[in-house]
Amino acid sequence: MQVPHARGPLSAWVRDVLVGVDPGHAPDVPEDALTGNEDAQLALWMTYELHYRGFDDVSPDAEWDLGILALRRQLERRFEEQLRAVTASAEVPLDTDVGEVLLDLAQSADGPSIALRLQRDATVDQMRDYLSQRSIVQLKESDPHSFVLGRLDGAAKVALAELQYDEYGGGRPGRLHAALYAQALRAAGLDPQYGAYIEQASAVTLASVNVMSMFAFNRRLRGASMGHLAIFEATSSLPCRRISRGLERLGFPEDVRAYFDEHVEADAVHEHVVAHDICGCMVAAEPDLRDDVLFGALVCLHMDDLVACDFLQRWDSDLQVAS
Amino acid sequence: MNEPVVVRQCVDGPMLVRGADVVLDDQGNEHRVTRPVVAVCTCGKSQRKPWCDATHKVIPR
Repeated sequence: MQVPHARGPLSAWVRDVLVGVDPGHAPDVPEDALTGNEDAQLALWMTYELHYRGFDDVSPDAEWDLGILALRRQLERRFEEQLRAVTASAEVPLDTDVGEVLLDLAQSADGPSIALRLQRDATVDQMRDYLSQRSIVQLKESDPHSFVLGRLDGAAKVALAELQYDEYGGGRPGRLHAALYAQALRAAGLDPQYGAYIEQASAVTLASVNVMSMFAFNRRLRGASMGHLAIFEATSSLPCRRISRGLERLGFPEDVRAYFDEHVEADAVHEHVVAHDICGCMVAAEPDLRDDVLFGALVCLHMDDLVACDFLQRWDSDLQVAS
Repeated sequence: MNEPVVVRQCVDGPMLVRGADVVLDDQGNEHRVTRPVVAVCTCGKSQRKPWCDATHKVIPR
């Protein structure tokens, strides 16, 4: 993948470091909300991507460049602070069993539904927009959480390993979930290459994947990473069925639907595994992690709402332009 | 593999089955287990029986 084009001073600075141009002093991280700031989110995404697949013609040493790490630290601090502020007043069901609290939280999600729109009345272009934006997340599906595995122990570790084994195809390369997504993109006539749509990725799309990386790369936030995963899995099965129906309605080929059909079934299992076997066991072993598990869960719900609004606003403003 | 098959009933949800090779549906048809854990429908409303498809979440309790 090529280093993406800059979208402002922060991403320009990271890009300069990566391509070997003298970047000068790193710009200040803005005070206002980072979630919708595409420059800040792209800069953060580039610093994380060095730990995943890296970029063409960029030295692998850039992964531990001290300047990049220093900027990331500032971006992360601000981003985490803002996410904590926005989720601080959320109501959390009272239950001593953290697994049940997580499943109740997922069940209580009442934000706008992108899946319903895709099922009932999205156009082919809107479905393609959805598939290409989500490729930023799904082509490295489960990869953030693999970084957390080595930080857990006992029953929670065993459960996460079991989950990852299923996500990674259960011993069958053709069933690797990220590969199923690539196959879906190809069948939809889209580019299946990793990072192909990074230039089109919106600030919110980037923020939704950056949250997962931030939680996974900071050992301190391992509870948040797993709490986020619990909501991610527990809000997937029914929406995937809706999206599959939308794809059928619009006449997309079977191979596009296969990814979503797999997730209807897989995530109906995974939500229980993450809520009880991972988060439940994790909190039983380290009770202090409970608050962060719930923080991660609330962040996932918050990001899901932002992602849905991001798509709906873009599509509805297209409609206004068209009419 | 001498590990026992373990079945767990989830609260208002499916049964999680670990370690099974085959699950028989209500017609007696065999369904091979291809995941480390499977969720077997107990509400009777799944459209992918015998597997849970989360339909129970939209049925009023």
